Parts: sequence; C-alpha cells; structure tokens
Amino acid sequence: MMEALWNLIGDDLAALQIAMPLLTATVCILVRRPMLAWGVAMFNAWGAVVNASILLHRVLTTGTISYAEGGWPVPWGIELRIDLLNALVLLVVTGICAVVLTAAPRALAAEVPEEKHYLFYAAYLLCMTGLAGMTVTGDAFNIFVFLEISSLASYALISQGPSPRALTSALQYLIMGTIGGTFILLGIGMLYMVTGTLNIVDMANQLGAVGPNRTVLVGMAFICVGAGIKLAVFPLHVWLPNAYTFAPAVVTAFLAATATKVAYYVLVRFIYSVFQVNFAFEVNRLDAVLIPVGIAAMFVGSLVAIFQDDLKRMLAYSSVAQIGYMVLGLGLANEHGLTGGLVHVFNHALMKCGLFLVLACVLVRVGSTKLSAFAGLGRRMPLTFAAFVLGGLSLIGVPMTVGFVSKWYLVLGALDAGLWPVAVLILLSSLLAVVYIWRVVEVGYFRTASDDAPDVKEAPFSMLLPTWALIGATVVFGVWTSLSVGVASSAARMLLGGAS
Amino acid sequence: MFDWGLYNYWVVVFLMMTGLYVVVSRGNLVKKIIGLNIFQVSVIMFYVSMGKIRGGTAPIEAEGFELFSNPLPHVLMLTAIVVGVATTAVALALVVRIHEAYDTIEDDEIREIEHEEHRS
Repeated sequence: MMEALWNLIGDDLAALQIAMPLLTATVCILVRRPMLAWGVAMFNAWGAVVNASILLHRVLTTGTISYAEGGWPVPWGIELRIDLLNALVLLVVTGICAVVLTAAPRALAAEVPEEKHYLFYAAYLLCMTGLAGMTVTGDAFNIFVFLEISSLASYALISQGPSPRALTSALQYLIMGTIGGTFILLGIGMLYMVTGTLNIVDMANQLGAVGPNRTVLVGMAFICVGAGIKLAVFPLHVWLPNAYTFAPAVVTAFLAATATKVAYYVLVRFIYSVFQVNFAFEVNRLDAVLIPVGIAAMFVGSLVAIFQDDLKRMLAYSSVAQIGYMVLGLGLANEHGLTGGLVHVFNHALMKCGLFLVLACVLVRVGSTKLSAFAGLGRRMPLTFAAFVLGGLSLIGVPMTVGFVSKWYLVLGALDAGLWPVAVLILLSSLLAVVYIWRVVEVGYFRTASDDAPDVKEAPFSMLLPTWALIGATVVFGVWTSLSVGVASSAARMLLGGAS
Repeated sequence: MFDWGLYNYWVVVFLMMTGLYVVVSRGNLVKKIIGLNIFQVSVIMFYVSMGKIRGGTAPIEAEGFELFSNPLPHVLMLTAIVVGVATTAVALALVVRIHEAYDTIEDDEIREIEHEEHRS
C-alpha cells in the first residue's frame, strides 16, 4: 500500500509542495468547522515538512532535482528546480508553517472570532502555497505569480488583527508590497527582453553570453529594489513594524519567519544564480550598496527597538536589524559571508518565530504585549518567560545559541573581505540587542506585578510545546551545526562557483 | 510613414510615474488604489509592447504568415491582469472595512484618529 503510494507520488514531490496547500485551502473553506479545518491544515502542513525533508535528503544524496511541470520540456515549460539553497529554505518555510499552525487554535481564539477561523486557515494555506511556490520554482515569471499569491494571502491575514489599525497596516503593506512586486515583474520583463527566456538557469546562461548591458543593469536595479521592499531591507522597511505589530500574534510569528526569508531567497537567487558574482559584484559593485545598507539596518533597527513599549513592535524592529545581518552576508560575496547570511535565514526563523510565539502565549494569558504587562512574569509564567530569555540570548548571539553561529560566520566573512571595521560593527550592534532584551528580562524577573493585576497561569500546553520546540531548536542548532551550516556552506560554495 | 520609435516605452514611463505620483501624493485611499492600478497597467503595456514585432502578424502557423509577434509576453500579462484585479479587490475590501472602522477614507484624518487613540 505504502509502496504503491510512493510509486504514484515519489517523483512529483516538488509539485505536491505547491499543489497540496492550494487544494487543502479550498477543502478548509468547504468544511467550515474550525477544528476540522485546522485538522486538514495540520495534516497538510506536517506532510509538507516530511516532503521537504525527503527533498532535502534527495538533493544531498543525488544532487539538484529538476521537475518539468505538466511534462512540458524545460526551458519552454515551467521548471521546478530544487538545489541545496532552496531545499534549505523550503525546509525552514514548511517547518515554521507547521509549528505555528500547531499553536494556532488557542492563540487565534483570543483575537479572531471563531466563525472566521476556517477562512483564516484557508488564507494561511494559500500564503504557504505562495511561499513554497516561490521557493521551488525555477521560472522567473512564476516567482512573481507565487509572490503575489503569498502577498495577497498575507494582506488578508494581517487585516484579521483585533485593532482597526490592523486594517490600515494591511493596506499600507498592500501598497508597498504591490509596488515591490510590480518592480520585480518589470525587472523580469527587462531580462526577458535581453534573453528571450524565463527559465532561471537558461536566463543565466544567455546573460553570460550577452555580457554587460544597460537593460540588464536596469533590470537588476528593479529586481533588487522590488525584492528589497518585500524583504523590508532598511530604508524600505516602513511597512514591517506596523504590519507585525497589529497582525494577530500567530500571523506575526508565521510571517516574521517565512515571508521575509523567502524574499531574501529571491534576492540571493537573482543576484547569485541569474546575474552571477562577476556581473553583480565586479562589474557593478552591488556590494557598495548592500554592505552599507545592511550595516545601517543593523543599527537603526536595534536602536529603534530599544525605545519601544510594545514588545511586538520591539521584535519587529529587531527583525529589521536581523535582516540587515542577512543582507550584509549577501553583500560580502565570499564563502563565509554568504554562509553566514544563509544560515541566518534558518537561525533567525527559529528564534524570531519562537519569540513571537512567546508573545502569543503572553497575549492569551495576560491580554497585552506591552512591556508593563511583563511585570513579574518570570515568576507567574516561568516556562514561557524562560523561553523568551533563551530566544533573546540567541538574538544577541551568545555562544551555544544559533545567533552566535550566524554572527561567527558573518564576522569571518567580513575579515575575509578585509573589512575589519565591519566585523567590529557586527559585534557593536549585538550589544544593542543586549539592551533591548535586558529591558524585558529586568521587568520580567525583578519587577513585581501590581497588586490589582489579574492572576495568570502558565500558557496552555498546546502553545508551550511549539514555542519550546523552536526555542529548544535554537540551542540544538547552536551546538550541532552540521545540518544548518553544512547545507548553507555547500549552497554558498555552489552559488559562488557560478553556474549551478 | 511616421516612425513610432520608442513611443510605447515613453507611454509606459509616463504612466508608471503618474501612477507612483498618485500613490504618493493623494490622501484619499481609493485614489491611491487607482494610482496603484495605473502603475500596474504601465507594466502590462511594457510587456505587450516588447512582444510586438513591427509588421508581424498574430502567431498563426499557416501558409503566408512568416513574421509573428511573440505571444508569450501577451499571455504572461493575462496572469498579471488577474493579479492586478485581485490586488484591487483586496485593497477595496480593506478600504470598506477602514471606512466602517474610522468613518473616513482620508489618510490624514485616519492618522489623526490613530494619534488621538495612541495618546489616550
């Protein structure tokens, strides 16, 4: 039975990664009952994790997977192409989707009316479809289509927040996101004008033959700015703090760990696979833009985070800073730097998702994510608060946590590039993270709750489990790095080596 | 015959800048969305223009048709039009909800209400 099933779908795993959530999203709408819809979504999400693990294993053992969608031969048809880079991103995206979904019912009950839950799960799965699609596809136009699918679903998810400001934040994100998406579309159009192909591998080959060209340069500018808006890289980040603050807590946890990561993947894919190192960094000095922007993001994000009263907003600004580290790694364009950037995608997804889930726990029990609500929480919700402290340590980059691993590689990358001031700045910006995490720890452990504060219990088990799974993973992958760093550094070598 | 040269592309640039300007300068949310639409349409025109070959016919494979326009960019734009319609629909739905919540769709008035709530 299992073998028959395996024979049936064994070759189509890459396509199922897109088709399954798309189909189950409609099933969610049909069943209407919230818990049933959740069950369907859970089945799909955890299935996708298994699927992504098998795909990663296959890529590691047999090399890049190429799947011709609908049987149309590549490069005419749409190709799904999975190499080390997107196998890793796919595992992050599906893993986070599944873990957050596990915590979703209890967290949603506090913020979204129950009759809307089945629609919420449907939108959640559509967002997952788009993100997984962007990750697995090997076709430039397909990236745009999936980008818009995931974006449209995320606008709907963000607007479900309890405050009316969720609506204005969602609209702000919609306007920025649409401009970003359209820029990417325009850039892809310019590349198509030059190369006459939409397949990413084919496009890279054709571009190599064309040589430097102004249309390609303008195309690269549009794609970088467009992906930069979706990635919320520093001067283009204005949509992110509002969207993260006013979205329901589970949506924030989900989007913080997936949407920006996939946008980062798109940027890496275009810069390293399509334009390639020579054109992007030697002919056009893209690093002269990316490195300063990354450093500015690290400092501005962390500095603004220090002055926030709402912890959701604080972590949102911290995300802006962490995206700065990733962009810095991308701009360094050497093996250690790019490894640091890529492994930070994996690591930051774990810790930021874990931290936002802690906030979801606090929101369920205390009803607020303001700093004042955390008074005495170290005693009243010890397990939840301990998770916050561990996640915070990881955000700072303390040894034995994942944050240390990525910063270690970024510092090595900066030194390899001969930019020791950058290495110093990475360490200095980590100190800023100490400040904003310490503010919370101080309130949580050393300030007692006011007497009229309501009595709160530990967070429900169904939310503690996924939170601790992620926070535990930040320690596990901080010590045992062979999966995350191993795959990331092979992917970095592959990207820097030119043609994949 | 008059040589149209890069006329199409000038129209694209003009429309794109018009759209972006409307998004940035108008306070009315519906007008912002109209601007966004103009912006998206300019890219659709860009793709359609690039597929056109002067003197080319529709891509019909038959005797007597030698020079074809490239149909692929045109087909891609069907998808982009759908995306544009979906974006507009979601945006308008959000504006309806914003109007219910704030009783206005003027950007500055909404911001004022939000500031007052923040202070209180």
